[in-house]
Amino acid sequence: MEIAFYISGLVAVLATLGVITGTSPAHAVLYLIISLIAVAMVFFALGAPFAGVLEIIVYAGAIMVLFVFVVMMLNLGRDAQAQERQWLRPVTWIGPSVLATVLLGLLLAGLMGDEPGRVIAGELLTAKAVALILFGPWLMVVELAAMLLLAALVTASHVGKVTSAKAQTGSKISENGGRS
Amino acid sequence: MEWLTPQWQANLLAMGQALVILLGAVLLGAVLTVIERRLLGLWQDRYGPNRVGPFGSLQLVADMIKIFFKEDWIPPFADRTLFVLSPAIAMASLLLSFIIIPITPGWGIADLHIGLLFFFAMAGINVYAVLFGGWASGNKYALIGAMRASAQTLSYEVFMGLALMGVVAITGSFNMREIVNAQADLWFIVPQFFGFCTFLIAGIAVTHRHPFDQPEAEQELADGYHVEYSSMKFGMFFIGEYVGMVLVSALIVTLFFGGWHGPWLPPVVWFALKTGFFLIFFILLRGSLPRPRYDRVMSFGWKVCLPLTLVNLLVTGAVVLLVPG
Repeated sequence: MEIAFYISGLVAVLATLGVITGTSPAHAVLYLIISLIAVAMVFFALGAPFAGVLEIIVYAGAIMVLFVFVVMMLNLGRDAQAQERQWLRPVTWIGPSVLATVLLGLLLAGLMGDEPGRVIAGELLTAKAVALILFGPWLMVVELAAMLLLAALVTASHVGKVTSAKAQTGSKISENGGRS
Repeated sequence: MEWLTPQWQANLLAMGQALVILLGAVLLGAVLTVIERRLLGLWQDRYGPNRVGPFGSLQLVADMIKIFFKEDWIPPFADRTLFVLSPAIAMASLLLSFIIIPITPGWGIADLHIGLLFFFAMAGINVYAVLFGGWASGNKYALIGAMRASAQTLSYEVFMGLALMGVVAITGSFNMREIVNAQADLWFIVPQFFGFCTFLIAGIAVTHRHPFDQPEAEQELADGYHVEYSSMKFGMFFIGEYVGMVLVSALIVTLFFGGWHGPWLPPVVWFALKTGFFLIFFILLRGSLPRPRYDRVMSFGWKVCLPLTLVNLLVTGAVVLLVPG
């Protein structure tokens, strides 16, 4: 299981690099999907298949579809790619990368210095166990998340309703105009 | 033969089973293309393809030869990588879903305890085949088809998951074998009738079969997302649709019709009979129903099916809590 963990972790890192350095938005989104699936594989390797499969269903299967939607609708052509390439000049990214590398070094040193911590045990966390924790000690958080989602739903429905009413009156006028 | 330890024997057996199920699914998908045309002919009072071989039985071979020898053309304006990748995603994600289906007590590929969720994950990934295929084609018909397909699939996947949660709540597990075993006395079609209805509708919508095939409506979109595809790339989308049909039928049988359970006949025969019934039912639906308008399909999903599944889940949960054992 450890090998699976490291390989999928490597794939996730490489795919994420692809997201950042890719110039075509559609390909970047594809890399991001692969990265999310790789993270799901990391969960599988850690013995949390429920979290892993939810990662694929929610992130790779639903949220990323909306990203792809937007990319498709924007109809970005070669101009956008040229602009991306311009933004990716070394002047832009070398400074932040060096600083981030320093932080990464600190993090690694911190992790190496202590005892190695728990090794991947390969024990399985079932859906039932996750549910018992979520609806036991963490019930409050689940309820709050549900309320947040409900609020988002109501807002989205409200915003959508206003625009669709305008569009309907607009189309009615144009229909009548077409007839007369 | 010393290396043939029991462990290796079990491995080889499992690999053999996986291979047989894989080939079976693909071949059944291919054969269904011909069976569908014959059955549609029967129901619409015409012959259907009956020229090649006795009773048109070699039509499939003729189709295969034809489709393999067509020019495999990639439009110059297409995004090559995604264009080539999409049919592979379409086929692979559906075939991978067969991993979780238990055919008989001894046959089946993987016994995952997240079983059902794996199918949802693969169905979620299947959306990208259509989406990227339509976008990469660089064609407006294809793009509109892809938009419709993905919006429809997303909407219907929402309550497809909810429709099955009743079954999961009664069984207390996502594992497909446990779900089948829980139906030894009573098939879940009885306590979960509304779950079955909504899952059937969602299953048809997710495979873009006929009453829900607005994404590829010939009259409006000239075939939708795969309009630019030719040869075997089109073939993979085409066969993929039928593989999806087999998958949804097998899932309905496993989840609501007791899987391999049944009197007198051996388990595998029961499974095949039930799956065949639903395959023919899918074809009959295509032969008999008109195609609804796209916005009605969407509002039907959100305004009728989603509330129905929520109420169904609520009632099921209450019953599971109140009835002990």
